[in-house]
Amino acid sequence: MNNFEPLIAVFSCHYCSYAAADLAGSSRIQYPPNIRVIKIPCTGRVSVNHILKALECGADGVYVAGCLEGTCHFISGNFKAKQRVQYAKNLLSEINMEPERVQMYFMSAAEGAKFANVAKEMTETIRELGPSPLGQNKSE
Amino acid sequence: MSIQDLIERTKVSFCQDCGVCTGSCPVSRVLPGFSPQQMVGKFVLSADLGLEDEALSDRDMWSCLTCALCLQRCPSKVEYLEFVRAVREEAFRTGNKATFAHDGVIETIVNMQRGGLHQNKTAWAREAGQIAESGEYYLFVGCLPYFDVLFRDMGISSLGSASHMLKMLNKLGIEPVVSDEERCCGHDLLWSGNVDVFKELAAFNIEMIKRCGSKKVIFGCPEGYVAFKAYYPLYFGELDFEVVHFYDLVGEQIKDGALKLSRVEEQTVTYHDPCRLGRMAGIYEAPRELIAGMPGMTLVEMERNRENAVCCGVSCWANCSSYSKQIQMDRLKEAEATGADALITACPKCKIHFTCALSSSDMKMEVKDLTEVMAASALEH
Repeated sequence: MNNFEPLIAVFSCHYCSYAAADLAGSSRIQYPPNIRVIKIPCTGRVSVNHILKALECGADGVYVAGCLEGTCHFISGNFKAKQRVQYAKNLLSEINMEPERVQMYFMSAAEGAKFANVAKEMTETIRELGPSPLGQNKSE
Repeated sequence: MSIQDLIERTKVSFCQDCGVCTGSCPVSRVLPGFSPQQMVGKFVLSADLGLEDEALSDRDMWSCLTCALCLQRCPSKVEYLEFVRAVREEAFRTGNKATFAHDGVIETIVNMQRGGLHQNKTAWAREAGQIAESGEYYLFVGCLPYFDVLFRDMGISSLGSASHMLKMLNKLGIEPVVSDEERCCGHDLLWSGNVDVFKELAAFNIEMIKRCGSKKVIFGCPEGYVAFKAYYPLYFGELDFEVVHFYDLVGEQIKDGALKLSRVEEQTVTYHDPCRLGRMAGIYEAPRELIAGMPGMTLVEMERNRENAVCCGVSCWANCSSYSKQIQMDRLKEAEATGADALITACPKCKIHFTCALSSSDMKMEVKDLTEVMAASALEH
């Protein structure tokens, strides 16, 4: 348990949070290497099943990072994602997996520091929660 | 299993090409080109010509609702349902999979239950009534807690029927076991070809019920009932507990006078036979007797009832399409034509599907679950 390193899937939108990740990189801000960023055109594309599949395949946590509220490139994609994240949380509590394993974050393209902070925050949360009960499915 | 074995095992070669199956099939009615008879023909031909792979990549097999209407009427007793199940199992192995509705969420949730999860399924039960850790009776809740989350915004409370079921059992002096460790019954996996995971979940459930020491397992959902009754023994031999449907159990208790149904609001209702409960389990009369036994309730029959009832349009959460909607609307119109105020069904999925179809129409029909209707009458006094 002591050397548990969480594996976290991040669904990151092309217009804001992925650009923020880029900025974090070019500004040389350090963040934990536990996250795996999956770039998507808009967080509105993320379905409940994408989140659940990531967990089924052994991810210890999943978060969706979209544009700031009201600034989605496709108007309302991030609100849709927010709702779906809530759905996934509700389903997780039914099967008794901590709903905190799934989160929704909003950030602008200019917030490289926030991207790094969110990655740190999420890694710490998951580290405290411990490995996912479905961790044996992990394939990396 | 080779296609040839499969054809022999399911007596497909006895097909006389009469077309009764296609004439009966609710899918063939709305989806031109889909025909059970032709699908059978295609596989027989493919086995003769050595084109099995091609036949297995066919998508038509996923359009079948597995509603057993054709099976009922086939003069040659071709085991069409077994045929579809076996074909799907083979196709699944080759990567030809069903298109899941709701973006596959339900399939994923079921697959997630393979892991070492300790679920949180009994919270509602502790609130609703008395449950035990071990004992003679086991109440199999199945997927209702997940449906409750997924379809709550459609105004469907799936857990409502589960908690009413528990309350009625409590009233009868039964404190059933409800377990957090219970897994999905695997019905949908079985019909979508994923037999390996089905077996894993089934083995887990059998072991879990054994640990609880239960001798009678009560089901409210027809799919779980059929999965345990007909398909668990197929893979695991005879079970050392009895599989009981809630309506049978309650029906007997009412006859014995242990439970009384009080007067309900005057209304005319019609009853939709779910295919799993009706054609596959042969339970036609128990729900009807329960409805007729509620004073104030008048039961009228739809034109197609009992063994001729039509499916609710989707099975195992796969291939929900405009055709499904058409089948559902046809059925709702049939219900409306009886002059009934409400359509009562006995399957949580039928209820979800009809409510969904109803939400995009201007019909003034209500879709209700029999357990909930009954609870209003049985728990009142």
